[in-house]
Amino acid sequence: MSRSALKETKVGLWRQMKQHRADYLMVFPFAALFTVFTIIPILSSMVLSFTDFDMVQMPLFNGFSNYIRMFLNDDVFLVCLKNTMVFAFITGPISFACCFLFAWLINELSRGMRTVMTFVFYAPSISGSLFVIFSWVFSGDMYGLVNSVLMELGIIRDPIQWLSDANYILGVCILVQIWLSFGTGFLSFIAGLQGIDRQIYEAGAIDGIKSRLQELIYLTLPHMGPQLFFAAVMQIGASFSVGSVVTMLCGSPTTDYAADTIVTHIIDHGTTRFEMGYACAMAVVLFLMMVGTNQLVRRLIGKFAST
Amino acid sequence: MKRVSRSRAGNVTVLLLLLFFGVFMFFPFFYAVLQAFKPMNEIFQYPPKFYIVHPTLENFMSISQLVDNLWVPFGRYVVNTLLVSVVGTALHVLLASMAAFPLAKYPFPGSRVFFEIVVLALMFNGSVTQIPQYVVMAGMGVIDSYLALLLPPLAGATGLFLMKQFMSSIPDAMLEAAQIDGAGRMCTWWRVVMPNVKAAWLTILIFAFQTYWNGAGSGYIYTESLKPLTTILNQIATAGVARAGTGAAVTVLLMLPPVMIFVFSQSRIVETMAHSGIK
Repeated sequence: MSRSALKETKVGLWRQMKQHRADYLMVFPFAALFTVFTIIPILSSMVLSFTDFDMVQMPLFNGFSNYIRMFLNDDVFLVCLKNTMVFAFITGPISFACCFLFAWLINELSRGMRTVMTFVFYAPSISGSLFVIFSWVFSGDMYGLVNSVLMELGIIRDPIQWLSDANYILGVCILVQIWLSFGTGFLSFIAGLQGIDRQIYEAGAIDGIKSRLQELIYLTLPHMGPQLFFAAVMQIGASFSVGSVVTMLCGSPTTDYAADTIVTHIIDHGTTRFEMGYACAMAVVLFLMMVGTNQLVRRLIGKFAST
Repeated sequence: MKRVSRSRAGNVTVLLLLLFFGVFMFFPFFYAVLQAFKPMNEIFQYPPKFYIVHPTLENFMSISQLVDNLWVPFGRYVVNTLLVSVVGTALHVLLASMAAFPLAKYPFPGSRVFFEIVVLALMFNGSVTQIPQYVVMAGMGVIDSYLALLLPPLAGATGLFLMKQFMSSIPDAMLEAAQIDGAGRMCTWWRVVMPNVKAAWLTILIFAFQTYWNGAGSGYIYTESLKPLTTILNQIATAGVARAGTGAAVTVLLMLPPVMIFVFSQSRIVETMAHSGIK
């Protein structure tokens, strides 16, 4: 590009920006708050991750030592990393698939039933801390629901400590997490499925689509790309940030850190030990994993659906 | 209209699957309500029963006894949550829809990049950014004040995202007509766009209310008299065996507002979510 052309585009850009003055003004308040409470925290955690910082003294540059400590000298972090991976790459996809499966099944129902079932599946995600009721269902004494049923049936003789035995904690948390996972992504599926043009199904039937399974694979899924991607983004957000569920059900830390995640480990170091530099370094690792997964999922969904 | 025929066996399978998993989804609600109305001796009964012999309001009564004896008057927690939720929700709806309009209809230099960052930020919900956010807010000196409860959810990415997607479907002709009549950007937004996206602002209003109601940001508050309602009620709910029934009663009460609001606005929310796809 010649110098004058460059100058021209610069002038053009400036003129364009001036024309949009009102638009910038309208976006500004939101953008400013968004920057302060989302972008700056993420950026500053990247900077602080290379420091030793306790909120009292000035941050002290210490190179990569937080990252080295994380992977070489902190066995608990590695356990938390493993648990986060389990939530992200096993629980997450299962939840995602369940959201789609049940939205699709619900879509087969008549209008009234559809409304009721949508409510039944969505309600857990907005019911606040109702999930603590699971600590009764899985209570470790014989009054706990699961224990008493198993004991009545003669499957076990003594109650199992579901919420404090390291063998079971993670399983229980996964179950509760799946119960909680029918959120906005699920609603997006419900709405998206209703929005698909009926004509493509008519055309499909004429073209020889025989079963509803074929209909799902050849007609429905390819039209759900945008919703699949939205739900995937929300699911990634939910499954990498599992934390309060674990803490409220099984305590913090859990027995042998059996269900602790990176988020609970960050909160442990950030709020009780005030090792902000180290907490930020872990947050950065978490951000990178989330963004990476996001890119991966975007590519996967792009393969079989148009986005 | 011709559609692929639905086999009866298929229909039955669909119904059975939904019934089975529907029961699993609904069961905790049922169980919570059950426990909330059980007297103490029935809660600790082996084997537990799925019905109540002597239903009682005892557990709900004891909530009021408990909150009467708090160090900070209970009303203070209610005021805190109401104040923050109402102001925060109103501001969020205003700011998000004001920003969404130009992003949806008048792309300007930088708007695409900004929106892509917002889409990426859909993933970063409160608990992931909590500690970095804490550091920044401590630097601003807003920790342990109403602002710590109010500000972070104001610029939630979900609200802006849903609003922008919904506004994209407004016909251009409608906006042009307003412009020909001499309406400026703000005027068009307020007079023409907002009345036409009722479903969307109702939806983000409800999502924002849920966020505030569930006590977002309560981790940034130390002063007891500034804490939101959920903090104190969750303390009661998880207080342990001796107050088991009361705990169940509290969780039932806390769950009711968001769930009831959803029941009454479900169709509007689903209408909004129809635009939620990421293209």
